[in-house]
Order: sequence, then C-alpha cells, then structure tokens
Amino acid sequence: MTDYLLSSATELVAALEAGETTSVELTTLFLDRIAAVDGAVNAFLHVDREGALAQATASDERRAAGNPASALDGVPIAVKDVLATEGLPTTCGSKMLEGWIPPYDATVVARLKQAGLPILGKTNMDEFAMGSSTEHSAYGPTHNPWDLDRIPGGSGGGSAAAVAAFEAPLAIGTDTGGSIRQPGAVTGTVGVKPTYGGVSRYGLVAMANSLDQAGPVSRTVLDSALLHEVIGGHDPHDSTSIDQPVGALVEAARQGAGGDLSGLRVGVIKELGGDGYQPGVLARFQESLDLLVAAGAEVVEVSCPSFVHALAAYYLIMPSEASSNLAKFDAMRYGLRVVPEAAENGTQPSAEDVMRASRDAGFGDEVKRRIILGTYALSSGYYDAYYGQAQKVRTLISRDFDAAFEKADVLVSPTAPTTAFKLGEKLDDPVAMYLNDLATIPANLAGVPGISLPSGLADEDGLPAGFQVLAPALADDRLYRVGAALETLLEKKWGGPLLAQAPTLDGASA
Amino acid sequence: MPEISRDEVAHLADLARIDLSDAELDQIAPQLSVILESIASINEVASDDIPPTSHALPLTNVFRDDVVVPGLTAEQALAMAPESEQQRFSVPRILGEE
Repeated sequence: MTDYLLSSATELVAALEAGETTSVELTTLFLDRIAAVDGAVNAFLHVDREGALAQATASDERRAAGNPASALDGVPIAVKDVLATEGLPTTCGSKMLEGWIPPYDATVVARLKQAGLPILGKTNMDEFAMGSSTEHSAYGPTHNPWDLDRIPGGSGGGSAAAVAAFEAPLAIGTDTGGSIRQPGAVTGTVGVKPTYGGVSRYGLVAMANSLDQAGPVSRTVLDSALLHEVIGGHDPHDSTSIDQPVGALVEAARQGAGGDLSGLRVGVIKELGGDGYQPGVLARFQESLDLLVAAGAEVVEVSCPSFVHALAAYYLIMPSEASSNLAKFDAMRYGLRVVPEAAENGTQPSAEDVMRASRDAGFGDEVKRRIILGTYALSSGYYDAYYGQAQKVRTLISRDFDAAFEKADVLVSPTAPTTAFKLGEKLDDPVAMYLNDLATIPANLAGVPGISLPSGLADEDGLPAGFQVLAPALADDRLYRVGAALETLLEKKWGGPLLAQAPTLDGASA
Repeated sequence: MPEISRDEVAHLADLARIDLSDAELDQIAPQLSVILESIASINEVASDDIPPTSHALPLTNVFRDDVVVPGLTAEQALAMAPESEQQRFSVPRILGEE
C-alpha cells in the first residue's frame, strides 16, 4: 500500500480520483499521525477530529456522485490560528483570545470549505504573528521536526512543522515579514507569499495590514499552486483585494516541472548574501543557481541598495500598524477581561482600569514591545523622524525592485540567513531574532510575491536551507514556473524529496 | 544615539493602555533602546523629495452597491462577550465616581 502520509497533495488527489482511497481514510490517517507525534512537535493548538471527518464524509459523497467541488476536494489541510474559523477556537497564539470562537469564517477558510478540504485543526504561531521562531506563542513553542530542540521558524512555525512532520499534506500560513517563507526554509518545506492583495485578508486577524498576506504551505511547488488557486482571487469583503483573476498558477508549475528555463533572466540580489549568511546556506544557494543556469536561465547580478534599510523600515512600519490594530483588544466586547480589585475606598475599577489590566495579562512580552515601539514611532515629535522616514524608505525599496525587474524576470536569494537555531537561543535578544527576516522583508514592503523552497541541507549541521524566488506584483506564476523547475532538478540530484531525509519521529510521542 | 528612558516607556505604556509592572519596565526599556539604535540609520536615508508609501498597492476608495446584506445576529455578536445584558455589551463604569 502506498504510504499516503508521505504523498503530495497532487498524489492524494490522484488516489482519490482512482478510487484507491477516500477522504475519510486520508483524514483519519492524518488525524492519527497528529495524535501520535504532535505531543513532541506541538504544531497544533486545536484539532477538530469530528469536524474534519464530517467534511471528509461530505467530500466522499460528492466524489461518489461524480461531482468534486475543486481540484483539491477531500485533501485535508491545517490552518494557521490567525484566521477566523466559525465554531473553532481562534487564539492567534495569545492568552488574549484564549477560548475565543469566531462567529464567522475568514474568506480563505470559507474558500477551503467550499473547495471541500477537511480542516484538521489550527496551527501554532508566535503571538499575533510576532516572531520568527514560534517561541512567542502563549501555548508553548513548536518544535522543528528535523531536530526537536530547534525552532521551526515563525511566525507560522506550526503550519510549516505540521507539513514537515507529515501531520498534514497542506497548510495555510500568513506572511507579514517572512512568516510563511522563513519557516518553510528551516523546515525543508515550500511556502508562498502571494502578491499583496492576491489573497483576501478578511477574517485574518491583522498584525500590520499593509503587509499581511495569507498563502500556501506545502511539500511541493505544484501543491502550493493548487492551493493558491483555491484561496486566491478577488473578495469584496477586503477593500485591498485585487480585482483580477488569480492566473494560471498550476499550469505554470506543470510547465516549470519540465525543467526548461531557456530565456529566463534570474537576478541575484547582491545585498542579500555574503556577510551574516551561514556558509552552508550560501553553498546550497550557489548550487541551486548553477542548476538554474544548467536549465537554460541567464544569471545577472542586481543591486538593490535600499534593501539594507528594509529591516529598519519594517521595524517601524510593522509595530506602528500593530499598535493601532491591537488597540481593539480592549476587554469590552470579546477576548480576555481582567477586573482589578476595587480600591481601598471601595471605588470600583473603571473601564480604563480593566483595559490596562487585561492588556497586561493578555499580551506577551514581544507583543508589548512592539505595541510600545509602535506607539513611540507614531507619537508627535517622532512621527516624521521614524514612521515618515520609514514610509519613504518603502518607496525607495519599491524603486529598487522596479529597477531590478527591468534586468531580470525573477530575483533570487537565500530565504533565511541561517538554518534552524536552538530553541531559546535568541529569545532574549530581539534584534538577533529580527535579523532572521532580513531577506524576506523587502517583498512585504513592496507587495511583491515570493516563494521559498528547499535547497538542500547545510554541511555544518545537516539542517534544511531555503531558496527564495521573488517576482513582480501579479506575476506569481513566475514563482511557480521557476520553483517547480528547480525542485525537479534538485530532487533528481537528491534521488527524491528532501523531506525523505527527515527523521521519522516514530516513537516521538514516547 | 536614540535612548529611551524608563519614564518614557512608562508614559508610552500608559498611552497604549497597558499596565506594565516595574519588572517589565526594567526589562523593556533597555530592549527598546537597543532596537531603536539598530533602526536609527533610517533617519539619514531618504531625502525630502522622496514621496512616502503607506501601501504597496495604489488603491483609491473601494465602493460597493448600497444593498442590505445579512449580518451577525445580536446573539452571535454577543456570544463571546465577557459580559452582556439586555442584548448589549456590559462594560465597567466609564465615568469617575462622585
């Protein structure tokens, strides 16, 4: 019997179509896997066995009637806990929303349900998506399936680890500064940040709304393309949603898998490499680049001089938007309410007292740091020097992208500067933690799409490294063409998927 | 070099409506100074003639047809409220006593 746990979503669909398995059988398989290994991985904050099996049963009925709802009907999926799911807890990894059950579905979730993908559960994340290691979750860190003592990246470490640990064939992540791509890189999985506005943000609990974007997490490039087509496209509920068709992403991935990149111009971003990047990460990057050349691509070096200021601009814009977005957690209508004791003279605490106490108790350290940093950057006297300047740098970064895309069809870099570090290693050093997103942040600031796919294992530590491809806004198809080509060439070299080399986690629950 | 004092952090926390304990203030103030130091270079980058970008997409107002669509029922909206009364959110006093 084929081991469906290890199969790609594409292979699962083929097995469903051939009548070799059912959605109920597959969903049960992944639920059992979660039960067996998630004690060690902690990728899930909530598992919905009953709901997933009901969705799977409905899927099997549709398929038996010859009427599947989509190309992925019946393939189970995990959803990052930052997306609202009607009837299922949505905590954003925060005590502030412990036990909160949304009364509505995010558009992404509604589309998954319409397309017939059973939702296995909600995945762990840094609190309100603030972090690069999932250690800022109020519910304990997620562990990297390659080495359980290491971080799975963040903020979407739960989604990436779930897919890497074969607890789910697909997952949804969100990417504000790299939270889909960087976890993908350190767990040996594929993650895509679509063009800003390409996937609806309705029902996505906002951290920085001008940067946040939901996207696919998977084990293959084609699987991400299939999922992207399901969740993408215009949504009237999101005023920043792009009113254009998603594009032929699956077709681009299939074409790319042929391995021919003749005529493609690949730009290597000079500023994203060298100092601060681990040698093993750079070695795998260079190897991948050589494979692209062998496939017919032409490599040019491009310079994006403003990218060196991207991190600084990001750490002003993101906290500014976050401090404003998180003001809604005021303990009045939903979420945690902590009522301090009455004063000695018997005066009952005011709404404001309750608000202050609730926000202190409900938010973790990193969230507090960012709210205060954002409050500072937006306060009068500092606004022009910080937030205003950061917005100008954002313009310069977009201009750098425009110039670079005149010389190249896609831009490439290592996804993250290092492989997965040890849990706890950077927890007390916020700036060191922020540096993980050095290569992924520019795409968010400019709104352009990006993919990370595994480039191999670093020599120093045997841990996965990631290769990032960036494309102009609305040219998401290029990510899939180039990503699928590189994946085909790398897997030929490896003799199979990189994840086949990951530890099996058998007995991990012991 | 930008420095942020403990008092300043206490003031910002007050503006952000977060009750920080003394221990938290001791911890956060130096961390914020380090973060600000690492992003201080931003001040010297862009000249006056560079326009700011607030958003990656060049969007203008988006309108929809003025038609009635179903919304949440009062029960749904209140289901997760910390406290409710007579189909309304119940909140602590908002005015000073006296």
